[in-house]
Amino acid sequence: MGSTMSSEQAGNKTINFMGAYLPATVLSVVLLIASITALTVNGLKFGLDFTGGAQVEVSFSQPADIPEIRKILNDEGLVNPVAVLFGSDSEVLIRSQGAMSDGGETSLARRLAGVSANAALVSVDRAPRDRGNYAQSLTFSGVSAADINDSVLPAKYFGSIEVSSAGSNVVALTENSLDTAYTDELLDVLAAKTGTDVELRRSEFVGPQIGAELRDEGGLGMLLALAVVMMYVAVRFQFKFSVGAVLALVHDVIIVLGFFALFQIDFDLTVLAAVLAVIGYSLNDTIVVFDRVRENFPRMRKSSPVEVINTSLTQSLERTLITSLTTLLVLMMLFIFGGELISGFALALIVGIVVGTYSSIYVSCNTLMWLRIVKEDLMPPVKEGSEIDEMP
Amino acid sequence: MPAFVVSQGPVSDDRMLNRYPLWKYLLIIAVAILGFVYAVPNLYPPDDAVQISGSSSGMTVDEKVLKKVEQALDNAGISYFSAEQDGSSAKLRFNDGEAQLHGKSVIAETLGSDYVVALNQAPTTPDWLVSMGGAPMKLGLDLRGGVHFLLEVDTDSAIKKRQETSADEMKDKLRDARIRYSSVEVESTTIIAEFRETELRDAALRELRGEYPQMLFNTDLPNDTADVAFHAVLSDAAVREIEQYALGQNLTTLRKRVNELGVSEPIVQSQGRNRIIVQLPGVQDTAEAKRVIGKTANLEFRLEAAPDALAAAKERFDYQGRLAWLERKVILTGDHVANATTSLDPDTNTPQVNITLDSLGGTKMNHATRSNIGRRMAVLFIEYKTRMNTEIDAQGEQIEVPEQYTENKVISLATIQGALGVQFRITGLNAPGEASELALMLRSGALAAPMYFVEERTIGPSLGAENIQLGVKSVQWGMGLVLLFMIIYYRLFGVFANIALAVNVLVLVAVMSLLGATLTLPGIAGIVLTVGMAVDANVLIFARIREELKAGASPHTAISAGYDRAFTTILDANLTTLIVAVILYAIGTGPVKGFAVTLSIGILTSMFTAIMGTRALVNLVYGRRKNLKKLWI
Repeated sequence: MGSTMSSEQAGNKTINFMGAYLPATVLSVVLLIASITALTVNGLKFGLDFTGGAQVEVSFSQPADIPEIRKILNDEGLVNPVAVLFGSDSEVLIRSQGAMSDGGETSLARRLAGVSANAALVSVDRAPRDRGNYAQSLTFSGVSAADINDSVLPAKYFGSIEVSSAGSNVVALTENSLDTAYTDELLDVLAAKTGTDVELRRSEFVGPQIGAELRDEGGLGMLLALAVVMMYVAVRFQFKFSVGAVLALVHDVIIVLGFFALFQIDFDLTVLAAVLAVIGYSLNDTIVVFDRVRENFPRMRKSSPVEVINTSLTQSLERTLITSLTTLLVLMMLFIFGGELISGFALALIVGIVVGTYSSIYVSCNTLMWLRIVKEDLMPPVKEGSEIDEMP
Repeated sequence: MPAFVVSQGPVSDDRMLNRYPLWKYLLIIAVAILGFVYAVPNLYPPDDAVQISGSSSGMTVDEKVLKKVEQALDNAGISYFSAEQDGSSAKLRFNDGEAQLHGKSVIAETLGSDYVVALNQAPTTPDWLVSMGGAPMKLGLDLRGGVHFLLEVDTDSAIKKRQETSADEMKDKLRDARIRYSSVEVESTTIIAEFRETELRDAALRELRGEYPQMLFNTDLPNDTADVAFHAVLSDAAVREIEQYALGQNLTTLRKRVNELGVSEPIVQSQGRNRIIVQLPGVQDTAEAKRVIGKTANLEFRLEAAPDALAAAKERFDYQGRLAWLERKVILTGDHVANATTSLDPDTNTPQVNITLDSLGGTKMNHATRSNIGRRMAVLFIEYKTRMNTEIDAQGEQIEVPEQYTENKVISLATIQGALGVQFRITGLNAPGEASELALMLRSGALAAPMYFVEERTIGPSLGAENIQLGVKSVQWGMGLVLLFMIIYYRLFGVFANIALAVNVLVLVAVMSLLGATLTLPGIAGIVLTVGMAVDANVLIFARIREELKAGASPHTAISAGYDRAFTTILDANLTTLIVAVILYAIGTGPVKGFAVTLSIGILTSMFTAIMGTRALVNLVYGRRKNLKKLWI
């Protein structure tokens, strides 16, 4: 078994990783403090999936003038509207924290003002069940049934309408809901005011309760992942190792989240998926290093724990760097070519993998040192190590 | 150290270390071929097609219908290259999207509203592949365009309604048992009954407990009321049952509605306790889709018109092929129907339908029937439907205009035997099938728990196509760079790893196609990530081999030790990643699930190809060389 002896010989060129543990600890602490500060001060900029609200992606036939579009949106009565370029200079993502119908109500109110001074929209309801041909029922006050005509509810947006009096109010049944009608209207407004053609590429509406639920489930999922991983490592390795692994993961997750908070990049469902994938990836890295540590402890009987860890890190360095490199290569391609919808996902993984590679060396192994790992800790797994040896 | 002794043995003839038995080679070749076969269907682009099916299950689409359609298409000068039918549906394939759209409106016009005519992407998988179960992956909405709705069923209102009905029944029962109560009311989902004395309350509880096994009665109340009271809430099991019923009823209704829209491959499924996902690929008109799926059927209970009734007061309908004149006056509508079930009539042993109304409905029914015993009462089933009409617009172009209409059907006409109340039954039905059909229609016309749109997403078809293109491009570039890097860094072993990687992607695509998994944009990202991470196992192995070589091991020993040592590491690393992927699948929705699926499958397939696949190649090239001095690594 020449190779067994050679592991120690290879130790000749061992890099003294742990020698730099102090600066590394300082770096980690600084990064963590910066991340936590960014998370508390800026907070995560949650995407539509988590906040709820409405967004439309529109494509203009010419490069879009964002300040102009923002000015138009401010007059439209949407709740905190945001317009940003999305992928190219002619694609714009418009987001509102409320529903599209908020804008619809404002524009309706504007048209009502033209009818009479005290005309008002009282309520917006679903059309009654026996009037299945209509989507929405709008109740107006201060108007007569004859006032509610095509100039108030244009057929272009609302489809066919049916108006009737109900006591002092007027009820109008509309074929298209206020949301749909307003989305169409907004496109027309944008086209008219910017003088370009506008095409709807996608529209999304997420109810507020869905957003809150997804946020809870996401957080829960992350905690669950950490807990299960901790258990797995504790069983397969040893408790001190599981503390090291989990601390490294928490470190990575906080820094990735901090990065997203600092640069105010949209945090949506796909980014959450990426953060969970970072947990998987970083863990992968840590496990590979730990595996070496576990293997080397019984072999390097005369060496100190620091030497064992340094040797293990040196041995797995090639693999760590190359795997990180290949993974980073594909993620870069995904970031560059994958389009705007997936760029947040790619970015989270890129940051996560860089941090994860670092943390598998410094955070997880630092923790082992800090917990004063000794070879007695690995007594039960020794049996497993020899099992491997027995394999031809 | 017995371990040393054991492993020392084979070194004497280390050429035997790197031999694979024939069956392992065969297994790997078989997997690669299967991977290829089942991945291939994805290479055939689908045809633009139109699918024709009957608007009700009884309708057939046979040779005659197809002939008619073909005739109409020929007359309109629209070219198509294939027409097939299987008795229940027909499919016509067109040369391009324009011919498809034009063809669809011609076919719809020819066949009228009896048939559902839908745009479809027909797979062009060759027959021999189809016969082996080969099919392309389904594309998610983000790659295909379409609309996605998430609807929430307001189950609370269904529960409240049930409690209100129960409260009314309790009042009746207490009155019948001559137990005086001060009040029986429903507050949110709790029935609160108040009495003057404890004895009365206890008597009431004795009376009611047995009648309502699904109810939890509670008398241990905070003493804030002057009266003695009890609270009754539905047990968790009963609440679950109501929720499931409300969800099921809405699902059934939605499926019917969605079919009416004529969308190919729609998805209507429940999510969690009270939500329903509706995905309509290819649909762009959200307004139309929302209107159609928001509609429910309705019921009207009406008396049969007396022979001497005025013409203005009666209306003509068909009932089982015969004429039925019904009064215009409606006794009550489906809004008051709480439930309808089937059972056997204990007297005659024939099937019957039991109907439960809410209290207001019971009162109305009682008023209408007590003075009309011996007359017949009909149940009218009303459906709101949409059909597309082709019209010529101002520019002289053909446009499709949706038209709304109602369809009325008398589903029951039975003689009133006595004054009816909250609960009554329709007896004298001929077959159990007839009874269950009637109950089903009554239920679908009854007011289901209301639904609200809580999420709505529309993805334009251009965006979908663009997403596919972007995804494919990033996979190509990513994979290209990884392949290049591996060859440069690991030379011949890099080639082995690359072959394994290619087979891995093939097998991954094949497994996804076989499982019928849906490919989404994050799913493509999952494939890209798998490509990056799948080489990890090979890197681990190759790094080990290099290390062993550096330490002076012979090439054969180095290969063998490299694979064996790296195995536990690979297993541990991949298992933990798999755990995370499973959690991701469990908590994720929609696209995130797609990512979790590709990631998990990718981890499993990469374990096989990266370990067994490359080992087979290594063994094949180096295994039988006696005086191996150097490895090209």
